Amino acid sequence: MNTTVATTDTEGKTWGGGNQPLKASYGKMMMWFFIVSDALTFSGFLAAYGFSRFKFIDAWPIADEVFTHVPFFHGNYPMIYVAFMTFVLIMSSVTMVLAVDAGHHLNKKKVTWYMFLTIIGGLIFVGSQAWEWNTFIKGDFGAVQTKGGNILQFGENVTVDGEQTFKRLAIADFATAAPTDRVEHERKNGLWFVGEGTLPAYQVSDIVKGMEANPNVLVRTQIINEEGEKTILTREQSLKQIKENGKLVVQGANLQVNEYGSPLFADFFFFITGFHGFHVFSGVVLNIIIFFNVVLGTYDRRKNYEMVEKVGLYWHFVDLVWVFVFTFFYLV
Amino acid sequence: MADAHKLEIFRGLIKFKSNTQKIWGVLILLSIITAVEVVLGIYKPSWGTNVVLGMKLLNWIFIILTIVKAYYITWDFMHMRDELPGLRRAVVWTGIFLICYLVFILLQEGGYVFDVYDKGFIKRDF
Repeated sequence: MNTTVATTDTEGKTWGGGNQPLKASYGKMMMWFFIVSDALTFSGFLAAYGFSRFKFIDAWPIADEVFTHVPFFHGNYPMIYVAFMTFVLIMSSVTMVLAVDAGHHLNKKKVTWYMFLTIIGGLIFVGSQAWEWNTFIKGDFGAVQTKGGNILQFGENVTVDGEQTFKRLAIADFATAAPTDRVEHERKNGLWFVGEGTLPAYQVSDIVKGMEANPNVLVRTQIINEEGEKTILTREQSLKQIKENGKLVVQGANLQVNEYGSPLFADFFFFITGFHGFHVFSGVVLNIIIFFNVVLGTYDRRKNYEMVEKVGLYWHFVDLVWVFVFTFFYLV
Repeated sequence: MADAHKLEIFRGLIKFKSNTQKIWGVLILLSIITAVEVVLGIYKPSWGTNVVLGMKLLNWIFIILTIVKAYYITWDFMHMRDELPGLRRAVVWTGIFLICYLVFILLQEGGYVFDVYDKGFIKRDF
């Protein structure tokens, strides 16, 4: 398969160029070496995530409790949506490798069709990731951040089928927002370059009032106990914690605060899935370019579809990275 | 190279008739592995929390299955199986060596910092 490689008069001369000791074209080999360096970048991020997690090993958020939503369905479905995303990406990898295979047989119609399906798969994945981000940023129950930066969540003990379980409570379930004197600082009222985001709907004092009015509300800390679950405080400890240490009401997650636990979890989530999503996005763009070249017949005239193989390598690499992100963010 | 695909997986245990067939076969394998991971991840069976060699059994299973998946993606989807040993080793060994090194160092250090927080004189539970 060396039909594209320009065979000039260098053939046969060892140092004249045109040799392929690894039997791979220049472009393909460089794509492999790019993939090696990109793999090291990703493993750097994932290892840094591991570092932070080991540093706070007894207080790290449990992924099953964080990513529990599925679009168009209400209720608690941990993992299902990410599993779907993983499957979409593996599927688009398959259509890509089928496109490469069809390219080897110079079957333009099949290559076009499989490239098209690959692009659709990539778009579904990026869209799903955007939805996942949106859900994560909005959050669901809300929590209180302490002076030390720890997160206190709320819930109550309920009996389901004769078994006592802890059911999470949203802040809005038991607290009512009281009007406060604190006014949002706007740029027009002070230094023109100093502003602030929207103030949280609830103050810690509202939470304290709500807890006092509802004797069933308990506090859950970040600390993971021996059973692998988050520690639930007694009623007295709960009130004491909130009154003494509560500082800020947190809803959802962003780069500063995270209602699910350590802010580092949110930071790494945004950075790693964001960087991966950016790879998927650029993979889709490359695929679209190659798709149009296929449609226009560029590779048909060349009698060689190696370009499809090269973007294919990149596309599979994106899938490969996701397999690891999936494991280390959602499973382990 | 179109006719030079190696069509065996599992060291020759399963042989496919054509490259297309092999692709679908590998897809089925990867889907089964992912399904197993998801089911274990949702139900978290109680035997999985036993610690084996410093890590929970379930986490060992997840990591090993991930590496198995990575192997089949690289070998069959990226056609590493069909490349020369020289190219294969240049890519795979370099990556694996550097990644293991990096992961070892960072995780070791993370565990140390945890111990300092836990047993040292630094307070963070306020």
